[in-house]
Amino acid sequence: MSTLTTAAYLVSSVLFILSLRGLSHPSTARRGNFLGILGMAIAIVTTLSNPGVLSYKEIGIAFLIGGLIGTSIAVKIQMTALPQLVAAFHSLVGLAAVFVAASAYYNPSAFNIGAVGSIPMGSLIEMSIGTAIGAVTFTGSIIAFGKLQGFVSGNPLVFKGQHFINLLLGLGIIALIVKFCIDQNQELFWLIVFASFVIGVLLIVPIGGADMPVIVSMLNSYSGWAAAGIGFTLSNNLLIITGALVGSSGAILSYIMCKGMNRSFLNVLLGGFGGEQAASAGGVKDDRQAKQGNAADAAFMMKNSKTIIIVPGYGMAVAQAQHALREMGDLLKAAGAEVRYAIHPVAGRMPGHMNVLLAEANVPYDEVLELDEINRDFSETDVAFVIGANDVTNPAAKTDKTSAIYGMPILDVENAGQVFFVKRGMASGYAGVQNELFFRDNTLMLFGDAKKVCEDIIKGLEN
Amino acid sequence: MSEISNQLESLSYKAQQIANEASQLASSVAETSGGHSDFIIFGITVLVLACFVGYYVVWSVTPALHSPLMGVTNAISSVIIVGALLAAGPVDTNISKYFGLVAVTLAAVNIFGGFVVTNRMLSMFKKKQ
Repeated sequence: MSTLTTAAYLVSSVLFILSLRGLSHPSTARRGNFLGILGMAIAIVTTLSNPGVLSYKEIGIAFLIGGLIGTSIAVKIQMTALPQLVAAFHSLVGLAAVFVAASAYYNPSAFNIGAVGSIPMGSLIEMSIGTAIGAVTFTGSIIAFGKLQGFVSGNPLVFKGQHFINLLLGLGIIALIVKFCIDQNQELFWLIVFASFVIGVLLIVPIGGADMPVIVSMLNSYSGWAAAGIGFTLSNNLLIITGALVGSSGAILSYIMCKGMNRSFLNVLLGGFGGEQAASAGGVKDDRQAKQGNAADAAFMMKNSKTIIIVPGYGMAVAQAQHALREMGDLLKAAGAEVRYAIHPVAGRMPGHMNVLLAEANVPYDEVLELDEINRDFSETDVAFVIGANDVTNPAAKTDKTSAIYGMPILDVENAGQVFFVKRGMASGYAGVQNELFFRDNTLMLFGDAKKVCEDIIKGLEN
Repeated sequence: MSEISNQLESLSYKAQQIANEASQLASSVAETSGGHSDFIIFGITVLVLACFVGYYVVWSVTPALHSPLMGVTNAISSVIIVGALLAAGPVDTNISKYFGLVAVTLAAVNIFGGFVVTNRMLSMFKKKQ
């Protein structure tokens, strides 16, 4: 690599770092995204100027096709479908990594790593590890996509000996890699790809739909490590640096999500948590009656409140209620109330999903607060309005040591003067645990579709 | 005057000789140590340092922007296109080149998709008027 090329790649790497740095605040975030684009443009142009890259026409066509597909998807996608979009995109990075590695294997001279059949050992190790991670990312992301989109059941798929099979497969892949590095045999290469495809599927099927935020972040991390692996094959620092940035970003996000549920990463990975099974298993029959209210009561009480905190959850996204919710908030503000939103770290199906949905509905970001920022304020709040969230408000997480969600940080909505709980029915949440909050004196249940309830409250406020 | 110019001439000759020797030395050093095996340890150094940079930069990202963060990281992880371009680059047509072209297409979907969707998300974040 010439000095100029290396320098250009360095500029790209720095721009990528600055791009992530820009996301530390909404006011600098768009500039951050722009720096990312600039870094990518520099990386591509620099690579195109490599003397070995000559077939501009074919490359141009491939790039254009990909660009058009990517842009049209990104322009049309609904914000509620973001998690599955991101999962789908991760799968593409994984597959691209497999193709790049395969290409390097069949034509090593294009990458300056020897000739066919005599690729140096180091390059083979890097190549096969990059391939394996890429292949796992590909199929794993496809399953995650299927679960989020509803193509595959969101319930965990568990069967006997599952973890043992995964362990065997994992060891098998390592053995294949070792053998491949010695023999350089092409059948072995494709066996590694195939086995990694299979383990990618098996790793994700036992994991329930609501654990997907952790999985999407984890796959985000994998796609980074795959890029770093290819970076070693190419002796290219830009790929290694970018891969490490993406890899650590995904790892940190999964850590934050796990902490938000008070579960270990391993516990999430082993799967089997949540879904219908858990809901029926945890279903100790409860004869207590929850107090039921209607939209008109809620409208009247909120109109006369000074402070209101809205707690949105995934149910709000499913019902597409964010716009109606914001309208309700605006009317309450017009009536003189202070309206704020409280977001739990694991609300929604991907990190920060609720923030995007509220932003889409034109809720200013300074009214949307994180758990740590707002949790103390519930005790001085007149009304807490929970919409589409459940487990994250359950006080049992603080008191009941036998509860599946014990130790999970929760939003202390029970401390508010009055709690409204918008819900379709009395069913328990993802963790299959009954929510104590339903039976509190200061709780009124508002049964119905989240959007419909908001609209009814709006009508009540307008009268 | 002529003496000085003579001296200059001999000096420049000597300088040239030294430069030649230095370049020979440098190329022989490059031959012995510039091989691929040395890149591994160099690459690991870069990887570890970049992980630290990533750690501090990502923790400074505000939780409200974690979705855009995933969008951006998704887009920049497609920097793998560098490898795809090298694979698709040669003129002669073979399987390797086709793999490269497929990888270019996949990475391009991601680059455009990732940056465009992130931009869409970020353009929605507004401050209270």
